Amino acid sequence: MTSNPYLWMVPLLPLAGAAINGFFGRRSSKQAITTIALVFCGAAFAMALFLAATFSPASAPYYYDLARWIRSGNFQVDYSFYLDQLSLVMLLVVTGVGFLIHIYSVGYMWDDDGYYRFMCYLNLFMFFMLMLVLAKNYLVMFIGWEGVGLASYLLIGFWFVKDSAAAAGKKAFIVNRIGDFGFLIALFLMIQHFGSLDFTRVFAAVQPLPVETAGSGLLTAIGLLLMVGAAGKSAQIPLYIWLPDAMEGPTPVSALIHAATMVTAGVYMVARSHVIFERAPTALMVVAIIGTLTALFAATIGIAQTDIKKVLAYSTVSQLGYMFMACGVGAFSAGIFHLMTHAFFKGLLFLAAGSVIHGIAGEQDMRKMGGLRYYMPWTFLTMTIGTFAIAGFPPLAGFFSKDEILWKAFSSPYGSWVYWLLGITTAFITSFYMFRLWFLTFFGDYRGDAATHDVTHQSADAHAMHDKHGHDAHGHGQHGHGSHEQSSPHESPWVMLGPLLVLALLSFVGGWIGIGGRFEHFLAPVFQSGVSSELAHETAGEAAGKGTEMLLMLISVTAAVLGLLLAWTLYLRQPQLPARIADRLGGIYRAVSNKYYVDEIYGALFVKPLLDGSTTILWHFVDQGLIDAAVNEAADAARHVSDNARHMQSGNLRSYAGWVAAGGAVVIAYMVWMGVTK
Amino acid sequence: MVPLSYYLILSGILFMCGVLGFLIKRNIITIFMSIELMLNGVNLSFVAFAAHWHQLSGQVFVFFVMVVAAAEAAVGLAIIIAVYRTRETLNVDQVNLLKL
Repeated sequence: MTSNPYLWMVPLLPLAGAAINGFFGRRSSKQAITTIALVFCGAAFAMALFLAATFSPASAPYYYDLARWIRSGNFQVDYSFYLDQLSLVMLLVVTGVGFLIHIYSVGYMWDDDGYYRFMCYLNLFMFFMLMLVLAKNYLVMFIGWEGVGLASYLLIGFWFVKDSAAAAGKKAFIVNRIGDFGFLIALFLMIQHFGSLDFTRVFAAVQPLPVETAGSGLLTAIGLLLMVGAAGKSAQIPLYIWLPDAMEGPTPVSALIHAATMVTAGVYMVARSHVIFERAPTALMVVAIIGTLTALFAATIGIAQTDIKKVLAYSTVSQLGYMFMACGVGAFSAGIFHLMTHAFFKGLLFLAAGSVIHGIAGEQDMRKMGGLRYYMPWTFLTMTIGTFAIAGFPPLAGFFSKDEILWKAFSSPYGSWVYWLLGITTAFITSFYMFRLWFLTFFGDYRGDAATHDVTHQSADAHAMHDKHGHDAHGHGQHGHGSHEQSSPHESPWVMLGPLLVLALLSFVGGWIGIGGRFEHFLAPVFQSGVSSELAHETAGEAAGKGTEMLLMLISVTAAVLGLLLAWTLYLRQPQLPARIADRLGGIYRAVSNKYYVDEIYGALFVKPLLDGSTTILWHFVDQGLIDAAVNEAADAARHVSDNARHMQSGNLRSYAGWVAAGGAVVIAYMVWMGVTK
Repeated sequence: MVPLSYYLILSGILFMCGVLGFLIKRNIITIFMSIELMLNGVNLSFVAFAAHWHQLSGQVFVFFVMVVAAAEAAVGLAIIIAVYRTRETLNVDQVNLLKL
């Protein structure tokens, strides 16, 4: 443990940027806002690079106590920061990808009226995300955790005059509350049993505890509750429903928050708490099952979506499922590895999709795209790299990380061939829907009619849960294209293409650092502190199964190629086929394209009873019937009494005198009748 | 020897005359005189008690009341004259500028 005084500056730099833009942005020029936002975010990135350059495994982990916070008896929580290999990876991903997306946003949001607001929120998000990543205890992490939720809410509802955007923001916030509830209870359990929230202290207290076998016990409870929190933040079953709706936000937000960084916070948190999970196999198994099911489930929904961002959203949910699958089988470093490569290629895909949307005046329906590779070659190039990366084609980034996860799911002592089979199925589906998106968007003929762009958005139901925007083409309602409205699709400006190219490069080469287990070895000091026998197991299994590993790798590449071929057949060679297949499938297709009606089911099961109960019991009965009534009745009674009493105050002097005389008479009469006693 | 109760009854009658006059009359000077009547009714009971109990404090009190009544009469009459000059009436029901 070495103290490192630079740690606290990394999160506070974006906060300063957010504060300056938030307070003065309204009256500043766009150039000034841009400068502030980029300089402070870039400075954080520079600091992160500096920390990475000076990082030495020998003196790690670093920490820094910035200020006292809570001191109560033996319990203490401080504003302290912590940097080890794990948080270093997160730090670089968050600041690096975050900085690129800041640059991209300059181009994407330039014409928006809320430009300063957007930049302020982005910087604020960076601050909270860095707090989350650099926290030394769970409470500081929780600040970041809640803060990114806030930033996410603000940015999803950025175009808040649009009903659907406001509703989506609310939905994200409320669903996340459910997860945070679990997280909080886990924290309370830690305080109660370990007397601390500090990572090192908690883990030191957990370390000597035996592995819980019976599937019950304190660590299992904490693990499961942490997973509830992670499921909320990282959009896993059953709390994933907010993420697809979150696509109402501007596309850079989708890229930064809802693909690259914030939604991976749950994975980071689970990986960070690996000491707890390793001693609670039941919790670990639940993590793996949830992850696997989410991966498959979300991928199948992704097939039938027509909104380009919705496809990517479900893809994100699915990829997050992979990460949890990795964590669930005890391969935390594989999960973090996929987190990193996913940040590159999914950030890239979203930004490229944003570039497409930007280029055709806000159209998001893939059925109205097509042939765009002629109009926007650079976007096409980068999108291609991203697509191949996520589909798992070697030697791109996604191949290495996904293969690592699948191999670990198969070979790890916690793993099983079932995980692997579902994982490989998901990989095939992923490849299929991504290439479907790719073919629909960039190949064939341009199907959009420039003159009749549906820029006016469908006004969504007031109720987010009943929102069926899987089908609706959402325009960029408020996206101000004004000055450069063009009738034909056009390539985006270089300020947007630059980040795309950098991310494309990273998506290409980002996986190479995992070759030969280098990434795993880098993270080993963090995860090694777990159950030591597990690592031995793993290395032994690896040595024995080299042949198996190659075979599995071959299968996963085959799955990716099959996905490509299927998409090519269906969407390029015989574009009339998908409709026919959809007709043949009938009910199944409708269920998939309606997202299995999960929103409707939740609406009927939870939201409606809650709303009705709140309306009749809490609102009409308790609030109006009891509380309001009590207050109103008291006020009415007081007024009634005073109404009668005020007639005494007539202002007539002689009536007052009469009252005085009458009072005197009463007193005298009393004294006469009752007698005067001493 | 006249019994004490006679004095007290007379005193009560005087006081009640004052009260009734105060309540009923509209002329401000009559009201003023009614007040004097009440004061003197009380004074009468004071001296009666003083004589009855052979104690001087009651009589001393009467002097005080008379002094205050004199002062009150001086100030009160001055006010009445001032009111009459401005309002040209002595009817209290018409002197109601401060009433809401």
